[in-house]
Amino acid sequence: MSVLLDISQVGMEFPTNDGPFTALRDVNLKIRKGEFVSLIGHSGCGKSTVLNIVAGLHRATSGGVILDGREVTDPGPERAVVFQNHSLLPWLTAYENVELAVRQVFGKTRGKAEQREWIEHNLKLVHMEHAMQKRPGEISGGMKQRVGIARALAMQPKVLLMDEPFGALDALTRAHMQDSLMEIQAELNNTVIMITHDVDEAVLLSDRIVMMTNGPAATIGEVLEVDLERPRHRLELAGDPRYNRLRARVLKFLHERHGGSPRNDSTSKTSTTRAAADEPAVHEAEGVESAA
Amino acid sequence: MSTITMTPGRLLRWKPQVDGRGLLTTTVKLVALPAAGILVFLLLWSAGARNIDTSLGQFPGPLAVGEQFGALYTEHQRSREKEVAFYERQRERNARRVAEDPGYEPKIRDYTGKETFIDQIGTSLVTVMSGFLLAAMIAIPLGIAIGLSPGLNAACNPIIQVFKPVSPLAWLPLVTMVVSALYATPDPVIAKSFINSMITVTLCCLWPMVINTAVGVASIDRDLVNVSRVLRLPPLQHVRRIVLPASVPMIFTGMRLSLGVAWMVLIAAEMLAQNPGLGKFVWDEFQNGSSDSLARIMAAVIVIGFIGFLLDRSMLQLQRFFSWDKGTATH
Ligand SMILES: Nc1ncnc2c1ncn2[C@@H]1O[C@H](COP(=O)(O)OP(=O)(O)OP(=O)(O)O)[C@@H](O)[C@H]1O
Ligand SMILES: [Mg+2]
Repeated sequence: MSVLLDISQVGMEFPTNDGPFTALRDVNLKIRKGEFVSLIGHSGCGKSTVLNIVAGLHRATSGGVILDGREVTDPGPERAVVFQNHSLLPWLTAYENVELAVRQVFGKTRGKAEQREWIEHNLKLVHMEHAMQKRPGEISGGMKQRVGIARALAMQPKVLLMDEPFGALDALTRAHMQDSLMEIQAELNNTVIMITHDVDEAVLLSDRIVMMTNGPAATIGEVLEVDLERPRHRLELAGDPRYNRLRARVLKFLHERHGGSPRNDSTSKTSTTRAAADEPAVHEAEGVESAA
Repeated sequence: MSTITMTPGRLLRWKPQVDGRGLLTTTVKLVALPAAGILVFLLLWSAGARNIDTSLGQFPGPLAVGEQFGALYTEHQRSREKEVAFYERQRERNARRVAEDPGYEPKIRDYTGKETFIDQIGTSLVTVMSGFLLAAMIAIPLGIAIGLSPGLNAACNPIIQVFKPVSPLAWLPLVTMVVSALYATPDPVIAKSFINSMITVTLCCLWPMVINTAVGVASIDRDLVNVSRVLRLPPLQHVRRIVLPASVPMIFTGMRLSLGVAWMVLIAAEMLAQNPGLGKFVWDEFQNGSSDSLARIMAAVIVIGFIGFLLDRSMLQLQRFFSWDKGTATH
């Protein structure tokens, strides 16, 4: 299959008080249509930064991302994001949260009834049809995450980006959500990039596991093909030697790679464009400080 | 504030409990304890009052003040009767003159009796609400703009910080002079004194609203802003769908603070400027210096406190109604 998403030579420097901080360097990754890729790595290595660059929420300081032949310059609904802490609008019901997205994306092309049907369809897909009229404050963490996924799916994105979507959930709920996600994936065959800390989750869900080295100047250390056939069942896989080998491979990488990339701090690039400074972060910090 | 007042919120939330002891404790908490508190206060007050002699006689105790409440109400009714009678007389006189001389154009003169206590309450309430609403209309959009734009924030911040702590009474002379200069119509529809009081109130309750709104807007969860960016919401939609609802709790906190400030400021401004309202009533009574004056002032003090309390509760109810975040809307 053809390459849908091309991340090439992506580097990221954040301006900080002690000069620029190189978070990423030379990140290269090609993702095919319909592929499920997970990003795994130690905390703070730069996984979210990669995802945010693909989402367009951050601008890479060097290199770039090409989606379906077009360079990514800003965020957009064809790259839907599922955030770690659900980020539903707390004043809207589950239905209205999905509706906001659907109206924005399909408001001009689909009629009212068709939109309504589509919203309900997506909420059903994540098994939330019984709580459509509930607000985020009235449902559990797992349910919120489901609504977040429904909202992202409802945008019919070219790539679905998930930043530790199940990170905040307990083990049982997480297993449940993973099964749901596999079901949905079997049906829709979306292109997905998912960040995770959970080795089992990565092996269970992914077609490929991308392992990142530790920062600063993190990059892709190793890419692991997961050639287990689908559908996959966690209980059957638990005794499968191939599964355990893959699992061991990822674990080994994570335990061995404590250092940064080989070219750490020696050859920091001298000319940097600061155009892609992280505007919202700066804005928020200043606003609170000076208005208080 | 939470233990000795019987707040409407508590009453609404109060659910009768099945078991008798629970019901008893609830009743004690809601009725008996506040009642006991008030009783002790009244006792202390009357005991204290008996021991204070002023040049206007003994300091009024609860009974004297209660009497004056009655007297103030009777005065109000009498004044209303006089007003009705005045217009009645005028109509009769005009009818007679027209009968004598068909070419006569009848003139209606306004009744110019002294404002009663209850009229003054009405004036103060109207003034405080006008000043407050005017401030809200300026402060909320301004706060949103400041919260959204770090540049504007940096530009406005010094001005806000300097003007915020200014006492209303410092503004008053300036406001009076400026209003006299700019609002110089011979027959003003709205009284100058009203505009003076209103603008003073506005100037003082602008700042808490601006600041709270700006902080609320600037501290919106980054993820929610990112949701808006991913959806590519246009700027106006972004404000309407994300920014405004997200900062409603903070906006209301600012509005409640402001209304409290506004009420205090207004009474002081009315006293100082002799503008109609409860403040003027207090001042007039003080100047009057009759033996009832202190009791009447005390009655006014109680009414001022009570109205302030009611204003705050109304804002709280509004906040409860509009806010999605019920957690912030307590006491
Ligand atoms: N806006 C920013 N300004 C400065 N440094 C930043 C900024 N955002 C991220 N960083 C730094 O970049 C590095 C990578 O951050 P990132 O959030 O991508 O890590 P992560 O792999 O997602 O971590 P986690 O697993 O804990 O979420 C970190 O060292 C972080 O401190
Ligand atoms: Mg992260």
